[in-house]
Formats: sequence, C-alpha cells, structure tokens
Amino acid sequence: MSDNVSSLRQPAGSAGITALTRELAGLIVAALNLEVPAADIGPDTALYGEGLGLDSIDILEIALVVSKQYGVQLRADSEDNERIFASLRHLAEYVNAHRTK
Amino acid sequence: MLAYRAGKPILARQFLADAERTGAALGAGGHVLNACADRYRFAVGLAAALATGKVSLLPSTRTPEVIAHLKRFAPDAVCLTDEDDCGVELPRVRFPETPAAGSSGEPALSARMPLIEARQRTAWVFTSGSTGAPVPHEKTFGNLLDCMRVEAERLGLAPGVSHAIVATVPPQHMYGFEASVLLPLASGNALTAERPFYPADICAVLAALPRPRVLVTTPIHLRALMASSLAIPDVDLVVSATAPLSGQLASEVEQRGRTRLLEIYGTTETGSIAVRRTTETAEWRLWPEVTLEPRAGGTWAHGGHVEQPARMCDVIEVLGSGRFLLHGRLADLVNIAGKRSSLGYLNHQLNSIPGVLDGAFFHCDAAGGDAAVTRVGACVVAPGLDAAAITAELRRRIDPVFLPRPLLLVASLPRTSTGKLPQEALRSLAAAQPRPANAV
Repeated sequence: MSDNVSSLRQPAGSAGITALTRELAGLIVAALNLEVPAADIGPDTALYGEGLGLDSIDILEIALVVSKQYGVQLRADSEDNERIFASLRHLAEYVNAHRTK
Repeated sequence: MLAYRAGKPILARQFLADAERTGAALGAGGHVLNACADRYRFAVGLAAALATGKVSLLPSTRTPEVIAHLKRFAPDAVCLTDEDDCGVELPRVRFPETPAAGSSGEPALSARMPLIEARQRTAWVFTSGSTGAPVPHEKTFGNLLDCMRVEAERLGLAPGVSHAIVATVPPQHMYGFEASVLLPLASGNALTAERPFYPADICAVLAALPRPRVLVTTPIHLRALMASSLAIPDVDLVVSATAPLSGQLASEVEQRGRTRLLEIYGTTETGSIAVRRTTETAEWRLWPEVTLEPRAGGTWAHGGHVEQPARMCDVIEVLGSGRFLLHGRLADLVNIAGKRSSLGYLNHQLNSIPGVLDGAFFHCDAAGGDAAVTRVGACVVAPGLDAAAITAELRRRIDPVFLPRPLLLVASLPRTSTGKLPQEALRSLAAAQPRPANAV
C-alpha cells in the first residue's frame, strides 16, 4: 500500500487537513487530560519528546482514539510510524489517508 | 525451537553460534548494558555475557543521570545495542548480525553449550533508591532458573510442548526479562523477537505463530486491545503483570480472547513470587519456597529464589498457606506502567535542579476508566524558572513516565506547622490552580 499523500482515497485539501489537525488536537487534549489548551498545539508540534512530551503510554491512548474515531489501526512495523508522530500535521495526514469513517 | 522472528523459527544451534560470535565482540570488560530492542538479540547478548563471565546490567531507565551512576558502578561497562541511534553514553558494541547463510544455509555446528554455575552472577537489576543513586540488586543464575521452573509450572505450561511466547514488555524490565526471555529459555518454550505495541501489532504477531501461543503483557496493553474492535487471534494463555488487573477487564480478556488469564505478582528485587487467576479469585498463590512476613514497616519476602529479604511495595494481607491479598501500594511508592519510583526519589531529583527552592511530587487522583494510567503531578517553588525549563531538567534525570502532569509553579508549598506536606494538600493546591480555558 502506498502511503503517499498523493494516493489519498479520500483526498482532503489543505483546509481539510487543517480542520482535521484542530480536531485531533482537541481529541488528544481530552484523551490525555493535558494541561495545554488545544489551540496552542500547532500543526508542527512534535508529539514525542520536547514537543508535547508524550510517552508511549500516551501514544497507545492516541492510537485508541484514532481507531475509534476514524477507524484507523496504527501499526508500529509500518515504516511511517516514526514519521506519523513527528508532528500533529503528520498524524492528521496519515489519518486522512487511511480513515474508514 | 528456541525463538521466532516474523513467524519463522530460529533453532538452538543458531542461537549458540550467535552467542559465541557476540561474546567475542563484547571485549574484556566485566559488565554489559544490554540495550538490544529485539528480544532475540537481547537473549543472545545475555547468553554471550553469561558464557564469557560478564554480568548484564538492567537499569530501569537510561536517562543520562542513570548512565552516569552506572559508569561509576561498573567503569568497564559497555553498551550492547542493535540500534543506530542508541543514545547511551557508554562504549558501544554493535550487535554482530548473523552472517548471511552460506551455500549450506546451515549455521556452524561448532558452538558448544556452555556450562554455567548456579552461583554465577548473571545480572544487576536496579531500583531507584530514595536519594539519588540507583540501588543494585544481584541476580544469580541458579535462582533465576529456580524461579522460572516454578513459573512454568504455575502458568500451566505443559512440559514437552513448545509454546510461542509473545511479549509487549521490554526484555530489560524485570517482568519481561523473566517471562519473555528466561522463562522460554529455561522451560523449553520459544521466545519471540518482536515487541508488538499497538493492538493491531499484537494481533499480527500472534497470528503469525503456531499454537500454543502465550501473550505476556500488561493491563495497559490489554485495555487497549479490548478497546480496539479487532478480532483477537487464538491465544492459549495471557499473562499480565506490572499492576493489578480489575476483575472486569480480566473477564473481558478471557471471554473475547477465548483464553485463560493469569496475573503474576513480583518486584524487581524478588522477581516473580505469586500468581492468580483473576476471574476466579483475588487471592495470590505464592511460589512454594517463598515466604511473606509482616514486619514493622511493611511485608517482607524471603526464601526460595529471593536473593535478599526484600520489602514489598504494597500493603499485603498474609492469609496463610502461601496465599495473600493486595490492598494497594505503599504511600511513597510510584508505579506507572511497570516503572517504579518513589515520591522521595522524585522529590530529591526535583530539588536538585538549580533554581528550584522547594518542590514536591504528588499522586494525582485516579481519573478515567478501568486500568487508566494515573500520573504524578508536582508543585514547585522556583522563581526565575519556567515549567518548560524544569521539565527539560527533569527529563535528564528521571524516566519520562514520571514527568509531572501537571507541573505547577507556586509561591510556596502547603506545609503544615510541623513542616509536613500532606499529599491531599498538594492535590488541593493543584486543583485550585487556574486551568487553560478550553482544556476538557
């Protein structure tokens, strides 16, 4: 399966990605009970390490939210896994390309 | 069958050949920090260290602070790694990959099974003490094997049948070290190189293996697996540890997985010492030669494979005839996702940061659903520092799971007139802080 953004089954323009980015920020803040306001999480914020400072327990929680909300099952053996969590925008692009709902 | 990778078997003679080659690469020092992420390579590194008389170092975390202590503890230590970006500041030994199969496609048959004495020191495992330095605990070969023989029997792994054991926990953590590496090696079962993470990974790795299959995991992974809508492949036994599982989640696992679930109880110091079938009883059944003894200041375990009498981290009700109940953790203990620390240790690290005048961690109130992770928070008096700077300093010192959420900058800590700092007062102070406008 190609994971290029160009092969989206449900293509969304940049406006769609931006909206999805905001939606994901809200879901993440709610699921993880983060102190930071969702509006403060920019599309380029790294989810791991220095950015939001999430750890693997959080990532598992986000994976749950993403599977429930969008029907996307994340896989660690996918080469994309590291890239997906590099920033909120990457996560949004991945979800957009693979969502089933 | 000694192991599987990507569903393909790896034979014992391959393992011995790999261990011999790895042993030669380890050099002359006496200690190896085995950081291999791949469980098969970790097991090879362990065997290589054993065969060449080296001791494996298994710290609970690899922050620069912990590695600095480790260097002082074992100045000759090297780091065995199978990753390009291993950040450990120790002399590095790259895991020597298996040479591509020659024309015969068979591994060399020359490698011999080494004889290891029961009293050989196999590993140092570490717990965070209450002040700064990690505390080492010795593990000898004979005691580790004795513990695993009981574990195989208590888990009902029939002798003579090779179970494929899949684990979501790292091989460096005491539970993973035992249940996913030593147990298969000691009981004629097979380990699995992969460490599946997401629910979809767990299902894929299980499905690629022959039955009988065992899943060694934690309440966190089981909760995620149950919350996913995936069809769970047949699994003959599920083993959970690191935190007690609720009866409800245990029932769900058994019903949806059409399986049997057993929980293991233990600590880094003692290794596994008890098991229970959660859907049948809340009572834990001790290993036959291990004794729990209530003493002043807590309950102590001794006897059997337990190297040194050790104080347990939980409030324990000893029922007699090798049975007991757990009634929650001791007040100072912090256990997040199987990583253990203490409020004392975390406070020490926080107060060691230049610019922090006073600071204290507290247990956040349990929130969220079944088996949801409860974090720690901290109140800090540090005029001139912001939360990001304090977090960055803490990140160097403590495992990220213990980074405080929330971290609140306050004018002073709510100490009582006697200087005490009640947890409840810290929680109230935190609750009274203004929250971001749109946080849910």
